[in-house]
Amino acid sequence: MDTDAPHSMGTTIIGVTYNGGVVLGADSRTSTGVYVANRASDKITQLTDNVYVCRSGSAADSQIVSDYVRYFLHQHTIQLGQPATVKVAANLVRLLAYNNKNLLQTGLIVGGWDKYEGGKIYGIPLGGTIIEQPFAIGGSGSSYLYGFFDQAWKEGMTKDEAEQLVVKAVSLAIARDGASGGVVRTVIINSEGVTRNFYPGDKLPLWHEELEPQFSLLDIPSSPGPEPMNI
Amino acid sequence: MSSIGTGYDLSVTTFSPDGRVFQIEYAAKAVDNSGTVIGIKCKDGIVMGVEKLIASKMMLSGSNRRIHSVHRHSGMAVAGLAADGRQIVARTKSEATNYESVYGEPIPVKELAERVANYVHLCTLYWWLRPFGCGVILGGYDRDGPQLYMVEPSGVSYRYFGAAIGKGRQAAKTEIEKLKLSEMTCRQGVIEVAKIIYGVHDEAKDKAFELEMSWVCDESNRQHQKVPEELLEEAKAAAKAALEEMDAD
Repeated sequence: MDTDAPHSMGTTIIGVTYNGGVVLGADSRTSTGVYVANRASDKITQLTDNVYVCRSGSAADSQIVSDYVRYFLHQHTIQLGQPATVKVAANLVRLLAYNNKNLLQTGLIVGGWDKYEGGKIYGIPLGGTIIEQPFAIGGSGSSYLYGFFDQAWKEGMTKDEAEQLVVKAVSLAIARDGASGGVVRTVIINSEGVTRNFYPGDKLPLWHEELEPQFSLLDIPSSPGPEPMNI
Repeated sequence: MSSIGTGYDLSVTTFSPDGRVFQIEYAAKAVDNSGTVIGIKCKDGIVMGVEKLIASKMMLSGSNRRIHSVHRHSGMAVAGLAADGRQIVARTKSEATNYESVYGEPIPVKELAERVANYVHLCTLYWWLRPFGCGVILGGYDRDGPQLYMVEPSGVSYRYFGAAIGKGRQAAKTEIEKLKLSEMTCRQGVIEVAKIIYGVHDEAKDKAFELEMSWVCDESNRQHQKVPEELLEEAKAAAKAALEEMDAD
Protein backbone atom coordinates (compact mmCIF):
# COMPACT_ATOMS: atom_id res chain seq x y z
CA MET A 1 0.00 0.00 0.00
CA ASP A 2 1.56 3.28 -1.10
CA THR A 3 0.59 5.98 1.37
CA ASP A 4 2.49 8.58 -0.63
CA ALA A 5 0.46 8.09 -3.79
CA PRO A 6 -1.57 11.09 -4.99
CA HIS A 7 -4.46 11.80 -2.66
CA SER A 8 -7.89 12.17 -4.07
CA MET A 9 -11.14 13.07 -2.46
CA GLY A 10 -13.73 10.64 -3.81
CA THR A 11 -16.21 12.88 -2.16
CA THR A 12 -19.72 14.03 -2.03
CA ILE A 13 -20.14 17.80 -2.31
CA ILE A 14 -23.36 19.79 -2.41
CA GLY A 15 -24.37 23.45 -2.72
CA VAL A 16 -27.94 24.61 -2.28
CA THR A 17 -29.58 28.05 -2.43
CA TYR A 18 -32.37 28.94 -0.05
CA ASN A 19 -34.49 31.97 0.64
CA GLY A 20 -31.77 34.34 1.89
CA GLY A 21 -28.47 32.58 1.19
CA VAL A 22 -26.73 29.29 0.46
CA VAL A 23 -25.83 26.07 2.29
CA LEU A 24 -22.69 24.17 1.26
CA GLY A 25 -22.13 20.59 2.41
CA ALA A 26 -19.48 17.89 2.05
CA ASP A 27 -18.25 14.58 3.46
CA SER A 28 -14.76 14.33 5.00
CA ARG A 29 -12.95 11.38 3.40
CA THR A 30 -9.62 11.79 1.59
CA SER A 31 -8.30 8.52 0.19
CA THR A 32 -5.14 7.16 -1.44
CA GLY A 33 -6.31 4.01 -3.18
CA VAL A 34 -8.20 2.07 -0.47
CA TYR A 35 -6.42 3.75 2.46
CA VAL A 36 -8.28 6.65 4.03
CA ALA A 37 -5.51 9.25 4.36
CA ASN A 38 -7.69 11.76 6.21
CA ARG A 39 -11.06 10.78 7.69
CA ALA A 40 -11.91 14.27 8.92
CA SER A 41 -10.88 16.58 6.09
CA ASP A 42 -12.45 19.96 5.51
CA LYS A 43 -13.43 20.15 1.87
CA ILE A 44 -15.28 23.46 2.16
CA THR A 45 -12.63 26.13 1.73
CA GLN A 46 -12.87 29.88 2.18
CA LEU A 47 -12.13 32.16 -0.77
CA THR A 48 -13.36 35.45 0.76
CA ASP A 49 -15.47 36.46 3.77
CA ASN A 50 -18.61 35.79 1.77
CA VAL A 51 -17.62 33.12 -0.79
CA TYR A 52 -16.62 29.48 -0.15
CA VAL A 53 -15.82 26.59 -2.47
CA CYS A 54 -16.49 22.83 -2.15
CA ARG A 55 -13.57 20.79 -3.52
CA SER A 56 -13.65 17.34 -5.14
CA GLY A 57 -11.32 15.20 -7.23
CA SER A 58 -7.58 15.58 -6.82
CA ALA A 59 -6.81 17.07 -3.40
CA ALA A 60 -3.66 18.82 -4.62
CA ASP A 61 -5.29 20.28 -7.73
CA SER A 62 -8.31 21.61 -5.86
CA GLN A 63 -6.13 23.14 -3.14
CA ILE A 64 -3.86 24.95 -5.57
CA VAL A 65 -6.80 26.34 -7.55
CA SER A 66 -8.40 27.59 -4.32
CA ASP A 67 -5.12 29.20 -3.24
CA TYR A 68 -4.70 31.09 -6.53
CA VAL A 69 -8.32 32.27 -6.57
CA ARG A 70 -8.12 33.42 -2.94
CA TYR A 71 -5.05 35.46 -3.84
CA PHE A 72 -6.64 37.05 -6.94
CA LEU A 73 -9.87 37.78 -5.08
CA HIS A 74 -7.98 39.43 -2.25
CA GLN A 75 -6.31 41.83 -4.67
CA HIS A 76 -9.59 42.41 -6.50
CA THR A 77 -11.36 43.27 -3.22
CA ILE A 78 -8.68 45.83 -2.34
CA GLN A 79 -8.92 47.40 -5.79
CA LEU A 80 -12.71 47.44 -5.80
CA GLY A 81 -13.05 48.72 -2.24
CA GLN A 82 -15.90 46.33 -1.45
CA PRO A 83 -16.47 42.54 -1.16
CA ALA A 84 -16.16 40.58 -4.40
CA THR A 85 -19.31 39.04 -5.86
CA VAL A 86 -19.90 35.28 -6.04
CA LYS A 87 -20.02 35.56 -9.83
CA VAL A 88 -16.54 37.06 -10.03
CA ALA A 89 -15.14 34.40 -7.70
CA ALA A 90 -16.72 31.65 -9.78
CA ASN A 91 -15.42 33.17 -12.99
CA LEU A 92 -11.84 33.24 -11.71
CA VAL A 93 -12.14 29.56 -10.69
CA ARG A 94 -13.53 28.67 -14.07
CA LEU A 95 -10.76 30.46 -16.01
CA LEU A 96 -8.14 28.43 -14.13
CA ALA A 97 -10.09 25.19 -14.59
CA TYR A 98 -10.67 25.77 -18.30
CA ASN A 99 -7.24 27.06 -19.28
CA ASN A 100 -5.48 24.24 -17.43
CA LYS A 101 -7.92 21.50 -18.29
CA ASN A 102 -5.18 19.14 -19.47
CA LEU A 103 -3.39 19.31 -16.15
CA LEU A 104 -6.18 19.48 -13.60
CA GLN A 105 -8.65 16.93 -12.33
CA THR A 106 -10.99 18.72 -9.96
CA GLY A 107 -14.69 19.47 -9.79
CA LEU A 108 -15.69 22.50 -7.74
CA ILE A 109 -18.85 24.12 -6.40
CA VAL A 110 -18.56 27.84 -5.63
CA GLY A 111 -21.20 29.28 -3.32
CA GLY A 112 -21.70 32.51 -1.41
CA TRP A 113 -23.73 35.62 -0.78
CA ASP A 114 -23.31 39.18 -2.08
CA LYS A 115 -25.47 42.28 -1.75
CA TYR A 116 -26.34 42.49 -5.45
CA GLU A 117 -27.53 38.96 -6.23
CA GLY A 118 -28.06 37.40 -2.79
CA GLY A 119 -27.21 33.70 -2.41
CA LYS A 120 -25.77 32.04 -5.54
CA ILE A 121 -24.31 28.61 -6.44
CA TYR A 122 -22.02 27.97 -9.42
CA GLY A 123 -21.04 24.45 -10.49
CA ILE A 124 -17.65 24.08 -12.21
CA PRO A 125 -17.17 20.44 -13.26
CA LEU A 126 -14.13 18.86 -14.98
CA GLY A 127 -13.19 20.74 -18.13
CA GLY A 128 -14.06 24.19 -16.81
CA THR A 129 -17.73 24.76 -17.70
CA ILE A 130 -19.40 27.27 -15.44
CA ILE A 131 -23.08 26.91 -14.68
CA GLU A 132 -25.21 28.89 -12.26
CA GLN A 133 -27.73 26.61 -10.59
CA PRO A 134 -30.26 26.73 -7.75
CA PHE A 135 -28.46 23.68 -6.38
CA ALA A 136 -25.38 21.69 -7.45
CA ILE A 137 -23.97 18.28 -6.56
CA GLY A 138 -20.51 16.87 -7.30
CA GLY A 139 -17.97 14.19 -6.55
CA SER A 140 -18.22 10.42 -6.84
CA GLY A 141 -21.01 10.24 -4.26
CA SER A 142 -23.22 12.61 -6.23
CA SER A 143 -24.16 9.83 -8.67
CA TYR A 144 -26.45 8.46 -5.97
CA LEU A 145 -28.16 11.78 -5.36
CA TYR A 146 -29.57 12.83 -8.73
CA GLY A 147 -32.87 11.02 -8.24
CA PHE A 148 -33.02 12.11 -4.59
CA PHE A 149 -32.74 15.79 -5.47
CA ASP A 150 -35.20 15.51 -8.33
CA GLN A 151 -37.73 14.53 -5.72
CA ALA A 152 -36.64 16.38 -2.60
CA TRP A 153 -35.52 19.78 -3.95
CA LYS A 154 -37.90 22.71 -3.83
CA GLU A 155 -37.61 26.44 -4.47
CA GLY A 156 -37.69 28.91 -1.55
CA MET A 157 -36.74 26.67 1.38
CA THR A 158 -35.89 28.10 4.78
CA LYS A 159 -32.37 27.97 6.16
CA ASP A 160 -33.11 24.97 8.39
CA GLU A 161 -34.92 23.06 5.64
CA ALA A 162 -31.99 23.60 3.31
CA GLU A 163 -29.43 22.46 5.86
CA GLN A 164 -31.46 19.36 6.74
CA LEU A 165 -31.69 18.53 3.04
CA VAL A 166 -27.93 18.86 2.59
CA VAL A 167 -27.09 16.74 5.66
CA LYS A 168 -29.56 14.03 4.63
CA ALA A 169 -28.19 13.97 1.08
CA VAL A 170 -24.52 13.73 2.09
CA SER A 171 -25.35 11.01 4.57
CA LEU A 172 -27.22 9.00 1.90
CA ALA A 173 -24.26 9.30 -0.44
CA ILE A 174 -21.83 8.25 2.29
CA ALA A 175 -23.94 5.11 2.83
CA ARG A 176 -23.56 4.02 -0.79
CA ASP A 177 -20.26 5.51 -2.00
CA GLY A 178 -17.08 3.85 -0.73
CA ALA A 179 -15.03 6.93 -1.57
CA SER A 180 -17.18 9.16 0.67
CA GLY A 181 -17.34 8.90 4.42
CA GLY A 182 -16.47 10.35 7.80
CA VAL A 183 -18.41 13.35 9.05
CA VAL A 184 -20.72 15.82 7.35
CA ARG A 185 -19.60 19.44 7.36
CA THR A 186 -21.89 22.30 6.35
CA VAL A 187 -21.31 26.01 5.82
CA ILE A 188 -24.24 28.44 5.74
CA ILE A 189 -23.63 31.85 4.09
CA ASN A 190 -26.11 34.73 4.14
CA SER A 191 -26.34 38.48 4.73
CA GLU A 192 -25.58 37.99 8.42
CA GLY A 193 -22.34 36.08 7.85
CA VAL A 194 -21.03 32.54 7.84
CA THR A 195 -21.92 29.59 10.10
CA ARG A 196 -20.00 26.32 10.16
CA ASN A 197 -21.67 23.12 11.39
CA PHE A 198 -20.39 19.63 12.05
CA TYR A 199 -22.33 16.35 12.12
CA PRO A 200 -20.33 13.37 13.36
CA GLY A 201 -21.18 9.86 12.13
CA ASP A 202 -23.25 8.95 15.18
CA LYS A 203 -25.55 11.95 14.67
CA LEU A 204 -26.47 10.85 11.17
CA PRO A 205 -29.55 8.69 10.52
CA LEU A 206 -29.08 5.03 9.54
CA TRP A 207 -30.36 4.07 6.14
CA HIS A 208 -31.62 0.79 4.68
CA GLU A 209 -29.63 -2.23 5.88
CA GLU A 210 -27.07 -0.13 7.74
CA LEU A 211 -26.18 -1.69 11.10
CA GLU A 212 -26.24 -0.12 14.54
CA PRO A 213 -22.72 0.50 15.78
CA GLN A 214 -21.59 -2.45 17.92
CA PHE A 215 -18.35 -3.15 19.70
CA SER A 216 -18.33 -6.88 18.95
CA LEU A 217 -20.75 -9.48 17.64
CA LEU A 218 -19.44 -11.83 20.31
CA ASP A 219 -20.64 -9.59 23.15
CA ILE A 220 -22.02 -11.48 26.14
CA PRO A 221 -24.46 -8.83 27.43
CA SER A 222 -23.80 -9.20 31.17
CA SER A 223 -20.02 -9.09 31.42
CA PRO A 224 -17.70 -6.54 29.85
CA GLY A 225 -14.70 -7.84 27.83
CA PRO A 226 -11.27 -8.49 29.48
CA GLU A 227 -8.87 -5.59 29.96
CA PRO A 228 -6.79 -5.47 26.76
CA MET A 229 -3.38 -5.90 28.45
CA ASN A 230 -4.41 -8.32 31.21
CA ILE A 231 -4.46 -11.73 29.57
CA MET B 1 -3.10 83.09 -12.16
CA SER B 2 -0.97 81.91 -15.05
CA SER B 3 2.67 82.82 -15.05
CA ILE B 4 5.50 82.23 -17.48
CA GLY B 5 7.51 79.27 -16.22
CA THR B 6 10.72 80.35 -17.87
CA GLY B 7 13.23 77.57 -17.70
CA TYR B 8 11.09 75.23 -15.64
CA ASP B 9 8.55 74.49 -18.34
CA LEU B 10 10.65 72.65 -20.88
CA SER B 11 10.04 69.14 -19.61
CA VAL B 12 7.25 67.33 -17.87
CA THR B 13 9.82 65.86 -15.50
CA THR B 14 10.81 69.26 -14.09
CA PHE B 15 9.19 70.93 -11.08
CA SER B 16 9.21 74.70 -10.76
CA PRO B 17 10.45 76.25 -7.50
CA ASP B 18 6.88 76.79 -6.37
CA GLY B 19 6.02 73.12 -6.90
CA ARG B 20 4.22 73.24 -10.25
CA VAL B 21 4.71 71.12 -13.32
CA PHE B 22 4.16 73.63 -16.10
CA GLN B 23 3.88 71.15 -18.95
CA ILE B 24 0.78 69.68 -17.37
CA GLU B 25 -0.71 73.13 -16.93
CA TYR B 26 -0.01 73.91 -20.59
CA ALA B 27 -1.69 70.64 -21.55
CA ALA B 28 -4.76 71.79 -19.65
CA LYS B 29 -4.78 74.97 -21.75
CA ALA B 30 -5.27 72.81 -24.85
CA VAL B 31 -8.43 71.48 -23.23
CA ASP B 32 -9.60 74.96 -22.28
CA ASN B 33 -9.46 76.08 -25.89
CA SER B 34 -11.70 73.32 -27.19
CA GLY B 35 -15.47 73.34 -27.63
CA THR B 36 -17.52 72.96 -24.46
CA VAL B 37 -18.26 69.45 -23.21
CA ILE B 38 -20.70 68.86 -20.36
CA GLY B 39 -22.08 65.89 -18.48
CA ILE B 40 -24.81 65.66 -15.84
CA LYS B 41 -26.04 62.90 -13.56
CA CYS B 42 -29.83 62.77 -13.40
CA LYS B 43 -31.80 60.54 -11.08
CA ASP B 44 -32.15 57.75 -13.65
CA GLY B 45 -28.95 58.11 -15.71
CA ILE B 46 -26.27 60.28 -17.31
CA VAL B 47 -26.55 62.80 -20.17
CA MET B 48 -23.50 64.15 -22.00
CA GLY B 49 -23.36 66.91 -24.60
CA VAL B 50 -20.64 68.38 -26.82
CA GLU B 51 -20.45 71.72 -28.61
CA LYS B 52 -18.71 70.56 -31.79
CA LEU B 53 -17.15 73.62 -33.43
CA ILE B 54 -17.29 73.14 -37.19
CA ALA B 55 -14.02 74.03 -38.89
CA SER B 56 -15.29 73.87 -42.44
CA LYS B 57 -18.65 73.94 -44.23
CA MET B 58 -17.44 70.99 -46.30
CA MET B 59 -17.49 68.63 -43.31
CA LEU B 60 -20.25 66.02 -43.30
CA SER B 61 -22.69 66.56 -40.47
CA GLY B 62 -22.51 63.75 -37.93
CA SER B 63 -18.87 62.99 -38.65
CA ASN B 64 -16.00 63.69 -36.30
CA ARG B 65 -17.76 62.12 -33.32
CA ARG B 66 -16.68 63.47 -29.97
CA ILE B 67 -18.66 61.05 -27.79
CA HIS B 68 -17.68 57.38 -27.89
CA SER B 69 -19.15 54.27 -26.34
CA VAL B 70 -16.40 52.53 -24.43
CA HIS B 71 -18.55 49.63 -23.26
CA ARG B 72 -22.20 48.63 -23.35
CA HIS B 73 -22.89 50.58 -20.20
CA SER B 74 -20.61 53.61 -20.53
CA GLY B 75 -19.52 56.41 -22.81
CA MET B 76 -16.78 59.00 -22.98
CA ALA B 77 -16.92 62.58 -24.27
CA VAL B 78 -13.57 64.11 -25.24
CA ALA B 79 -12.38 67.72 -25.21
CA GLY B 80 -9.02 68.95 -26.47
CA LEU B 81 -6.65 67.41 -29.03
CA ALA B 82 -8.76 64.93 -30.99
CA ALA B 83 -5.96 62.50 -31.80
CA ASP B 84 -4.92 62.30 -28.16
CA GLY B 85 -8.54 61.63 -27.33
CA ARG B 86 -8.63 58.70 -29.75
CA GLN B 87 -5.76 57.07 -27.84
CA ILE B 88 -7.51 57.43 -24.52
CA VAL B 89 -10.78 56.05 -25.88
CA ALA B 90 -9.00 53.05 -27.42
CA ARG B 91 -7.22 52.30 -24.16
CA THR B 92 -10.46 52.65 -22.18
CA LYS B 93 -12.28 50.22 -24.48
CA SER B 94 -9.47 47.75 -24.10
CA GLU B 95 -9.44 48.04 -20.29
CA ALA B 96 -13.19 47.48 -20.20
CA THR B 97 -13.16 44.34 -22.34
CA ASN B 98 -10.11 42.95 -20.57
CA TYR B 99 -11.77 43.36 -17.16
CA GLU B 100 -14.87 41.58 -18.35
CA SER B 101 -12.94 38.64 -19.77
CA VAL B 102 -11.08 38.13 -16.49
CA TYR B 103 -13.78 38.88 -13.92
CA GLY B 104 -16.89 37.87 -15.85
CA GLU B 105 -18.85 41.06 -15.16
CA PRO B 106 -19.02 44.53 -16.78
CA ILE B 107 -16.32 46.81 -15.39
CA PRO B 108 -17.62 49.01 -12.56
CA VAL B 109 -17.52 52.65 -13.72
CA LYS B 110 -15.40 53.61 -10.72
CA GLU B 111 -12.77 51.05 -11.68
CA LEU B 112 -12.82 52.18 -15.31
CA ALA B 113 -12.32 55.82 -14.32
CA GLU B 114 -9.36 54.81 -12.13
CA ARG B 115 -7.75 52.95 -15.00
CA VAL B 116 -8.21 55.87 -17.40
CA ALA B 117 -6.78 58.26 -14.81
CA ASN B 118 -3.78 55.99 -14.22
CA TYR B 119 -3.10 55.81 -17.94
CA VAL B 120 -3.32 59.58 -18.43
CA HIS B 121 -1.10 60.12 -15.38
CA LEU B 122 1.49 57.69 -16.71
CA CYS B 123 2.24 60.06 -19.54
CA THR B 124 3.17 62.80 -17.09
CA LEU B 125 5.98 60.77 -15.53
CA TYR B 126 8.48 60.30 -18.37
CA TRP B 127 10.45 62.90 -20.31
CA TRP B 128 10.10 61.01 -23.57
CA LEU B 129 6.30 61.24 -23.45
CA ARG B 130 4.16 64.32 -23.49
CA PRO B 131 0.98 64.67 -21.42
CA PHE B 132 -2.33 64.05 -23.16
CA GLY B 133 -3.79 67.30 -24.41
CA CYS B 134 -7.34 66.33 -23.65
CA GLY B 135 -9.81 65.97 -20.82
CA VAL B 136 -12.54 63.37 -20.81
CA ILE B 137 -15.93 63.04 -19.18
CA LEU B 138 -16.83 59.40 -18.51
CA GLY B 139 -20.45 58.55 -17.84
CA GLY B 140 -21.69 55.05 -17.08
CA TYR B 141 -24.48 53.05 -15.45
CA ASP B 142 -23.49 49.96 -13.46
CA ARG B 143 -25.02 47.99 -10.61
CA ASP B 144 -24.24 50.84 -8.21
CA GLY B 145 -26.31 53.25 -10.30
CA PRO B 146 -25.38 56.02 -12.76
CA GLN B 147 -21.98 57.65 -12.22
CA LEU B 148 -20.10 60.56 -13.82
CA TYR B 149 -16.32 61.01 -13.73
CA MET B 150 -14.02 63.59 -15.22
CA VAL B 151 -10.34 62.97 -15.97
CA GLU B 152 -7.95 65.89 -16.51
CA PRO B 153 -4.59 65.88 -18.34
CA SER B 154 -2.80 65.72 -14.99
CA GLY B 155 -4.37 62.31 -14.38
CA VAL B 156 -6.66 63.58 -11.64
CA SER B 157 -10.13 62.03 -11.65
CA TYR B 158 -13.11 62.98 -9.56
CA ARG B 159 -16.71 61.88 -9.45
CA TYR B 160 -19.29 64.59 -10.22
CA PHE B 161 -22.99 65.39 -10.32
CA GLY B 162 -22.28 67.80 -13.14
CA ALA B 163 -19.07 68.58 -15.00
CA ALA B 164 -17.98 70.89 -17.79
CA ILE B 165 -14.74 71.36 -19.72
CA GLY B 166 -13.67 73.54 -22.63
CA LYS B 167 -14.26 77.15 -23.63
CA GLY B 168 -17.61 77.74 -21.98
CA ARG B 169 -17.02 75.73 -18.84
CA GLN B 170 -17.38 78.57 -16.33
CA ALA B 171 -20.74 79.66 -17.70
CA ALA B 172 -21.83 76.03 -18.13
CA LYS B 173 -20.97 75.15 -14.53
CA THR B 174 -23.00 78.09 -13.28
CA GLU B 175 -25.99 76.90 -15.30
CA ILE B 176 -25.60 73.27 -14.16
CA GLU B 177 -25.49 74.35 -10.53
CA LYS B 178 -28.90 75.94 -10.97
CA LEU B 179 -30.45 72.62 -12.01
CA LYS B 180 -32.14 70.28 -9.53
CA LEU B 181 -30.41 67.17 -10.84
CA SER B 182 -31.63 64.72 -8.24
CA GLU B 183 -35.24 65.32 -9.29
CA MET B 184 -34.63 65.39 -13.01
CA THR B 185 -35.10 62.49 -15.41
CA CYS B 186 -32.75 62.04 -18.35
CA ARG B 187 -35.47 63.08 -20.78
CA GLN B 188 -35.62 66.46 -19.05
CA GLY B 189 -31.83 66.45 -18.69
CA VAL B 190 -31.34 66.20 -22.45
CA ILE B 191 -33.35 69.42 -22.94
CA GLU B 192 -31.39 71.21 -20.21
CA VAL B 193 -28.00 70.15 -21.60
CA ALA B 194 -28.98 71.40 -25.06
CA LYS B 195 -30.09 74.73 -23.60
CA ILE B 196 -26.81 75.13 -21.73
CA ILE B 197 -24.66 74.37 -24.74
CA TYR B 198 -26.58 76.72 -26.99
CA GLY B 199 -26.38 79.29 -24.18
CA VAL B 200 -22.60 79.20 -23.72
CA HIS B 201 -21.80 79.11 -27.42
CA ASP B 202 -20.10 82.34 -28.36
CA GLU B 203 -21.61 83.53 -31.67
CA ALA B 204 -19.04 86.24 -32.10
CA LYS B 205 -15.88 84.20 -31.69
CA ASP B 206 -16.91 80.83 -33.20
CA LYS B 207 -19.23 80.54 -36.12
CA ALA B 208 -21.05 77.31 -36.60
CA PHE B 209 -21.37 74.42 -34.23
CA GLU B 210 -23.08 71.04 -34.15
CA LEU B 211 -24.65 69.65 -31.01
CA GLU B 212 -23.80 66.03 -30.22
CA MET B 213 -25.51 64.31 -27.28
CA SER B 214 -25.61 60.88 -25.72
CA TRP B 215 -27.18 59.26 -22.70
CA VAL B 216 -27.20 56.10 -20.62
CA CYS B 217 -30.29 55.69 -18.49
CA ASP B 218 -33.19 53.43 -17.55
CA GLU B 219 -34.99 54.48 -20.71
CA SER B 220 -32.09 53.38 -22.90
CA ASN B 221 -32.03 50.08 -21.02
CA ARG B 222 -28.79 51.10 -19.28
CA GLN B 223 -26.98 51.02 -22.63
CA HIS B 224 -24.91 53.99 -23.75
CA GLN B 225 -26.29 55.39 -26.99
CA LYS B 226 -26.85 58.56 -29.01
CA VAL B 227 -29.90 60.49 -27.86
CA PRO B 228 -32.77 59.43 -30.19
CA GLU B 229 -33.39 61.71 -33.21
CA GLU B 230 -36.77 63.13 -32.22
CA LEU B 231 -35.67 63.91 -28.68
CA LEU B 232 -32.51 65.57 -30.02
CA GLU B 233 -34.58 67.73 -32.38
CA GLU B 234 -36.95 68.59 -29.55
CA ALA B 235 -33.99 69.60 -27.39
CA LYS B 236 -32.45 71.74 -30.13
CA ALA B 237 -35.77 73.49 -30.72
CA ALA B 238 -36.24 74.18 -27.01
CA ALA B 239 -32.67 75.49 -26.77
CA LYS B 240 -33.11 77.84 -29.71
CA ALA B 241 -36.40 79.09 -28.25
CA ALA B 242 -34.77 79.73 -24.89
CA LEU B 243 -32.00 81.72 -26.61
CA GLU B 244 -34.52 83.90 -28.42
CA GLU B 245 -36.32 84.53 -25.16
CA MET B 246 -33.06 85.70 -23.62
CA ASP B 247 -32.26 87.91 -26.61
CA ALA B 248 -35.69 89.43 -26.49
CA ASP B 249 -35.12 90.80 -22.97
